[in-house]
Amino acid sequence: MYDFTLVKPKNLADAVAAIADGAQALSGGQTLLPTMKQRLADPGTLVSLSGIPELHGVCKGDGGIIIGGATPHAVVAREAAKYYPALAALANQIGDPAVRNRGTIGGSIANNDPSACYPAAALGSGAIIQTNTREIAADDYFRGMFETALHEGEIVTGVKFPVPQKAAYIKFVQPASRFALVGAFVAQFADGVRVAITGASNNGVFRWAEAEAALSANFAPKALMGLTLPADDMISDLHGTAEYRAHLCGVMVKRAVMAA
Amino acid sequence: MPKDGGIGASTKRREDIRFLTGKGRYTDDINLRGQAYAYFLRSEVAHGRINHIDTKTAAAMPGVLTILTGDDFVAMGGNPAGWLIHSRNGDPMKEPKRPVLAHGKVRHVGDAYAVVIAETYQQARDAAACIDADITDLPAVVDMARALSDSTNLVHDEIGTNQCFDWGWIEDNRAAVDAAFATAPHITTLQLINNRLTPNAMEPRASLGDFDPGTGDYKLYTTSQNPHLHRLLIAAFVMGMPENKLTVIAPDVGGGFGSKIYHYGEEAAVLQAAKLLNRPVKWVAERSESFLSDAHGRDHVTKIELATTKDGEFLALRTETMANVGAYLSNFSTATPTFLHGTVMAGPYKTPLIYVNVKTVFTNTAPVDAYRGAGRPEATYSLERVIDKCARELGIDQAEIRRKNLLTPDQFPYQTPVGLVYDTGNYQATLDKLTDIADLAGFEARRATSAKNGKLRGLGLSTWVEACGIAPSNLVGVLGARVGLFDAATVRVNATGNISVMTGAHSHGQGHETVFAQIVADRLGIPAESVDIVHGDTSKIPFGMGSYGSRSLSVAGSAMTKAVDKIIAKGKKIAAHMLEASENDIEFKDGSFSVAGTDKAKTFGEIAFSAYVPHNYPLETLEPGLEETAFYDPANFTYPAGAYACEVELDPDTGHVTIASFACADDFGNVMNPMIVNGQVHGGVGQGIGQALLENTTYDENGQLLTGSFMDYAMPRASDVPYYTVDHSCNTPCTHNPLGAKGCGEAGAIGSPPAVVNAVIDALHRAGHSHVTHIDMPVSPARVWAAMNQA
Repeated sequence: MYDFTLVKPKNLADAVAAIADGAQALSGGQTLLPTMKQRLADPGTLVSLSGIPELHGVCKGDGGIIIGGATPHAVVAREAAKYYPALAALANQIGDPAVRNRGTIGGSIANNDPSACYPAAALGSGAIIQTNTREIAADDYFRGMFETALHEGEIVTGVKFPVPQKAAYIKFVQPASRFALVGAFVAQFADGVRVAITGASNNGVFRWAEAEAALSANFAPKALMGLTLPADDMISDLHGTAEYRAHLCGVMVKRAVMAA
Repeated sequence: MPKDGGIGASTKRREDIRFLTGKGRYTDDINLRGQAYAYFLRSEVAHGRINHIDTKTAAAMPGVLTILTGDDFVAMGGNPAGWLIHSRNGDPMKEPKRPVLAHGKVRHVGDAYAVVIAETYQQARDAAACIDADITDLPAVVDMARALSDSTNLVHDEIGTNQCFDWGWIEDNRAAVDAAFATAPHITTLQLINNRLTPNAMEPRASLGDFDPGTGDYKLYTTSQNPHLHRLLIAAFVMGMPENKLTVIAPDVGGGFGSKIYHYGEEAAVLQAAKLLNRPVKWVAERSESFLSDAHGRDHVTKIELATTKDGEFLALRTETMANVGAYLSNFSTATPTFLHGTVMAGPYKTPLIYVNVKTVFTNTAPVDAYRGAGRPEATYSLERVIDKCARELGIDQAEIRRKNLLTPDQFPYQTPVGLVYDTGNYQATLDKLTDIADLAGFEARRATSAKNGKLRGLGLSTWVEACGIAPSNLVGVLGARVGLFDAATVRVNATGNISVMTGAHSHGQGHETVFAQIVADRLGIPAESVDIVHGDTSKIPFGMGSYGSRSLSVAGSAMTKAVDKIIAKGKKIAAHMLEASENDIEFKDGSFSVAGTDKAKTFGEIAFSAYVPHNYPLETLEPGLEETAFYDPANFTYPAGAYACEVELDPDTGHVTIASFACADDFGNVMNPMIVNGQVHGGVGQGIGQALLENTTYDENGQLLTGSFMDYAMPRASDVPYYTVDHSCNTPCTHNPLGAKGCGEAGAIGSPPAVVNAVIDALHRAGHSHVTHIDMPVSPARVWAAMNQA
């Protein structure tokens, strides 16, 4: 690890100001710190978001729940359970207890790892990503592997989740990292079903339109019969070919429908 | 009734208290005054020519004390291979020099070519980033078949080939084996890969070199499984110094699995730097360095053929293997694919004709050497997989084909066609025991239950035998070993009756401090608490060969037993003097020396005290003191054997395999501590399950390591392994060592991988996927799914 300076602002305004000077925001650090330890990142100054009260917590708002950007997964698992059980269950399956106690929803959404779980929940729920300057619909936010609509210096302050009638997230884990090899988030709302898939695509989390249409007409596993995704843009690596991932998408969506 | 103490008792491990409370003392816990730190600069390319290494800028960086490169070690010797193998045509193997630091070329990603010594580790690392190395990329040699066929691109230019040797075992059997195949009623052929593994000991390698300018003595603290072997290799072969000028200390060591048997260049480098700087120099590997530079295991590509009658009687066996040795010959790398592999190809069966061919291949990958089981897992996997395939082809039950061909108890001692003599065994008994403890009769009912849950259930068996207690110097000498493989112990009885036992074995997690104390205490009839085990320090222990190859108990434990017997004999002499009786009339029992037929007796403590307060000894005939050393070199290997059953559940939608149950019926000979033996079996089977389902060290075609961290290298976790059913009640004690012990350290890793893979194939066959005859390890979900869906 290279030497760095740690700044711990007490409020969002100070954090925004510090980051505007070119410093790197640090939330749970579950990706950033290992990268720094390997000397693959040298941010100079880190601005910790963990000591800012307004970025913490789970609360009920109009038509949904709002989770502060610096809220750790373990807190979401515990406190979101009564409002949005599928989201809480997803949070409870991320990493291991150490990761869940440090890693945050804002950090995960800002990083947009193509195999992370939270992007599937946000996109599958039609969430609104709140930042220090604006609100962004999930459909506009995720822009591909490790890419988002965030501008330089913009901080994810919270994520607003509409709560569906039914939802579930099922993931098939990569055996080493236990990130999602393929994870499917299925959510049934009054006006239709959303299906978001993580882990599979070279373009990061995505919605499966054909599955959404079929499930909106009939929210049952058999509605998915005959539906397949092309393998063209799927990730192919040590742990699974593109064809295998494309196949798993169908299996995971089906299982999510059964679990919802 | 279970015993409370002594041999056969499940005594709790005394060393665990310090390990579990953070009081262990590992190499990195040792800090010497004035200590500096080393950082090794490692190649980022698999193969490259070193044109120039400019260290000028780096040397001027803050805190830098010195920078050494390959040029600084040219005068030193190479790190040698410990075993000389001859090719079928009689030529000796090719032995390119393995320098302390890469010189002329870098030959694998992670090959260290410079070391920076600085006041702090961070300073050393900062400076290393400023070393300007001019290295010309060369095409990487990765695939073994291509390495053998392409003589234009060589890992070691000076030897003119990428082949180290082409070995036939036994060459004289070849014609008869081929003739048997020519007329065999049935031949089963299987092509398979024994996947490359990274050992991943919990404690990474670490070394701390120290030099005393007053005496000219060197001291090395290092993560070693065999400190005397390290001392021999470093002093006599690499650095060229008298052995008595070097002390090697391997303090607490956090796992080795083979990877810490070997001497690595970092050890010589920190010693040399310590001398140059007149300061202690420490290096501790980061986990990524372990992935890149620890000796890996396995990595065989094999074609195996089994000739049988129509009813499954084995007639002949033939194998052709390419074994990867990586970029340099590590110390045991030439023995592992040969004498630890070819010699056990008979397994527990009476196959009359066997021929094994192994070509070892240099590639631009990390060195490959012995890893838990070492050669025997590769042989067992090939054999147990081809038998499984043969049984399916012939329509014979898996247990039945094995039972039909197992050696019977009346055939021991048994001379195999591949050079070994099995002294004892009862393979029917372990298979019968397995049938019982694994409830093989209930399998169909369990399968039906799994099917109701949408899962495919399969049953896999493996019956195996291994050769371990790696020793007989006579035998290994004939086979090409350049070292002896005895072991030694000194039993020092102190004046107050407590005992220090210095052993040549080295514990890096096995529980020696507990078990050896049990053995010594049992034999002397004293409490185990009175016995301390000392290991790992060449200045304290007799010259022993360390721990690997399941040898600690059968070889070092036997040496200890012999030394204890000498203590008893000496004690009798002292007792005879004290009791004014004839030595022949002294009996020793339960810690007491007595005159036969009388009530005259002296306790062990009284004898010990007298030995060091010899006020009225007849000094011409009775020496003071009570300390004895024994060396033990056995007559043969030991031959643990067993029968394993694995049941898997397979998810047909994803290809994911879950181990539903795993049962082991083992014959380890006499068992000293059943709890520790169970633990060894659990750990070994866990590693075997890791190999079978998860682990796979993978290089891409450019020689870049794709599995360089735990993000991509899948280690088995607790949830990947089942509750094991373990039995070792069917024991046939070893006939040639005083403990009757055979060794249990590697068994689980040897016997388990084929049981797992056989179970997966079984599950697929029972579900109608009869076109799937084999899936290479690791049997990952993606591979299972691909196999199920192949045309």
